[in-house]
Amino acid sequence: MPILRTLGRNRIGAVLIVLQIAITLAIVSNCLSLIQHRVLWMDRPSGIDEANIFSLNNTWDSDPPDLKARIEGDLAALRSLPGVIDAEATSYTPLSGFERAWPLATRPNQHDSGASAWAAAYPVDEHGLAALGVKLIAGRWFSATEVGEIRDREIKFPPSVLITERIANKFFPGRDPLGQLLYFEHTDGSSRIVGVVQRMQRPSDASAWSNPDAENSIFIPFQYVNNGILYVVRTKPGQQGAMMRAAPVKLLEMTPERIIEQVQPYSEIRRQAHRDSHATVIMLGVVSAFLLAITAFGIIGLTLYWVGLRRRHIGMRRALGARRVEILRYFHTENFLIAAVGCGLGVALGLAGNTWLATRIDLNRLSLVNASLGAMLVMLLCQFAVLWPALRAASVAPAIASRGL
Amino acid sequence: MLRYYFALAFRSLRRNVLLTVLMTAAVGVGIGACMTTLTTLMAMSANPIPDKSSQLFIPQIDLSGYASEHYDVSSLARDFSYRDAMAFMGARLGLRQTATYPVQLTVIAPQGGRFQQLGRATYADFFAMFEVPFRSGAAWRSSEDQDRANVVVVSSRLADRLFPGREAVGRTITLGRRDYRITGVLQPWTPIPRFYDITYNGTRGAFAEPEDFYLPFTLAIDRQIQTNDFGCDPMARAAWAAQLDSNCTWIQFWVELPDAAYVRGFTNFLRGYAVQQRQSGRLQWVPLTALHDVMDWLDLQHVVPEQTRVDSMIAGGFLLVCLINAVGLILAKFSSRAGELSVRRALGASRTDLFRQCLAETWMIGLFGGVLGLALTAAGLSALRALRGVSAQSVTGHLTALNPQMVLITLVVSLIATVGAGLYPALRASRVQPGWQLKSQ
Repeated sequence: MPILRTLGRNRIGAVLIVLQIAITLAIVSNCLSLIQHRVLWMDRPSGIDEANIFSLNNTWDSDPPDLKARIEGDLAALRSLPGVIDAEATSYTPLSGFERAWPLATRPNQHDSGASAWAAAYPVDEHGLAALGVKLIAGRWFSATEVGEIRDREIKFPPSVLITERIANKFFPGRDPLGQLLYFEHTDGSSRIVGVVQRMQRPSDASAWSNPDAENSIFIPFQYVNNGILYVVRTKPGQQGAMMRAAPVKLLEMTPERIIEQVQPYSEIRRQAHRDSHATVIMLGVVSAFLLAITAFGIIGLTLYWVGLRRRHIGMRRALGARRVEILRYFHTENFLIAAVGCGLGVALGLAGNTWLATRIDLNRLSLVNASLGAMLVMLLCQFAVLWPALRAASVAPAIASRGL
Repeated sequence: MLRYYFALAFRSLRRNVLLTVLMTAAVGVGIGACMTTLTTLMAMSANPIPDKSSQLFIPQIDLSGYASEHYDVSSLARDFSYRDAMAFMGARLGLRQTATYPVQLTVIAPQGGRFQQLGRATYADFFAMFEVPFRSGAAWRSSEDQDRANVVVVSSRLADRLFPGREAVGRTITLGRRDYRITGVLQPWTPIPRFYDITYNGTRGAFAEPEDFYLPFTLAIDRQIQTNDFGCDPMARAAWAAQLDSNCTWIQFWVELPDAAYVRGFTNFLRGYAVQQRQSGRLQWVPLTALHDVMDWLDLQHVVPEQTRVDSMIAGGFLLVCLINAVGLILAKFSSRAGELSVRRALGASRTDLFRQCLAETWMIGLFGGVLGLALTAAGLSALRALRGVSAQSVTGHLTALNPQMVLITLVVSLIATVGAGLYPALRASRVQPGWQLKSQ
């Protein structure tokens, strides 16, 4: 085939483009796998009514002896605000970072730590369901008489407990978890399961994609009592901004000797939690875009150079009767062949690289289908890039052939 | 001769500015991307305490049984139990040693207002061992460890926050409802990575912000100041005394062993201690032990996140693509010089002369590309800082700082890469056939 012969004469240039396309495709397809994995993780819902929840940190100035009464007074005040559905006082929310995790067990006095499952324990009162906006899929929430009191770092096993669907599937597969006992490691303590919540992310879940215990949460019926407490407030739709301003004012009105900090909507907590993943996604996206641009410019540049080298030959062909569109087609075909080889190599490199990367970090596995789709997009990009140099070639006047003879 | 080559190169580059700009951009963008990720990787893998890292050791002992059964050093617990830490402190086999654990207490500022601060309970040896620099005052004396003196050493950040513009040494601060006398104020000290406490938990970890105050360990134990998290079950630590007696691991222990004799002595003690735990019946197995110095420890614990390594590899691939691009551009540049080069050959220049001339040109591109790459690296690093929302003084700020060493590395890498990319084109250009070229003019 004559086209292969001309390619053979410009071997080095063709090799350069093939290499560029192959490496670019391999890197970009893996970057996209990584991006896909992180984005899917960042999009996972926390389980609470995120759009309408805000939180604030409260610390009293001196160490008041009647902490529990003060907390209850604050909660009553917050719940009395017109735009508020409900409020609760707790130690952390999903994705907030710090958590207290408890080791769950399948039988009493289990001691093999390798087989246990850890779950974050959320201390809640009877208002927790309305205040968090979680979805109850079985059983019931706690009643006021069940709720006790728990201090910071205290370990107490409640008579009743709520679990998430994930824990239900793991510990009671195929059975009804309601009424069953949930055990804790290294102790003969147990709690009766009275309800199941659809989902609730853990405070530590922001970067926990490789953690088998991610999204394991339980709710314990205890009012968290501590100087340094998080008020979680759920507002009526559209009232979040107004209530975020009204709540601190109301609390300070009641007791001015306190410090209220970090009044923020839940969206801010989510944003902070995913900051690192977000930065990674952006960085990889920028690198991929740049790579594609550089390869496209490389093709344009090298093809222009070839056109310059072969002006006489192109002029001769035109003088012998070739039409403009045939010159165009020639360059596009040449580019198609080179890009095909490059993409083939790139798909192979990309799949190999993906397999190796998967042993080191967590990312979505690249399927042959996705890699081929990527290859087709790159081929399209190459064809688009070669259009301008090919048009330049097609516009070479046949008269050039007669000059210099 | 060299000056002549560079003058030639400069003139040649000036003749086709567009091509020069493209070549510089190709190299510069690739170098910029590569160095941005490499800066963070190198900062994370650096030696945090180079003049002493081979003298500071951390022992390990297996209290759970798994590591001993499978002879797996990598699954040994990172921290110590109170009993073991006290046994090692008592043995006094190192030049210096310290047991230490992280704490979190509420600070009450003299002007009112309270806030939580991260601190550390430690022995006096900590400061000399890790060469912690003091701004004023000094650490408490070792005898004060025994006496449980009511003292504290604070960071410059905390001192400036509580006592702005005044000397903090000698003053009293309230931590967690008790008063402590400040004996020393540290200079800003951020070892990266923070090798003595690498367990990650939101606030702790090898790349977390440094602590703001240091209390005597013995005092913290007496006052039952709790640490933040544990490597054991909740029930075993239900009461303070039970926690001290249990096999819960929550204390870090480091020892300074200046020479081989010290190391041998400590290793023998460690082995004997392990056997003793089995014989006394405390453990049902002879626990596996290990002793690592700072760099071994950081390596074993995989302190550098895998994601950072992957980022660097991706950036390396990016640089490769940019260099391949540059090869094509340089080829084009030299082929346009074919006429001039063949005239030189005809006038008596040897192939080597032509080769050197072409190489001088790629050398200049490498230099320009390196400078551009440096500017892009600085921009990239500040963009990373902005994306993560951190200041230049924080740990991430330090990790993304462009120090003189990195500047030199950037320029050298750029030069080597560009000259490497230009080798084949220069070889081809120097092989120009003068007769054929001159005839077709």
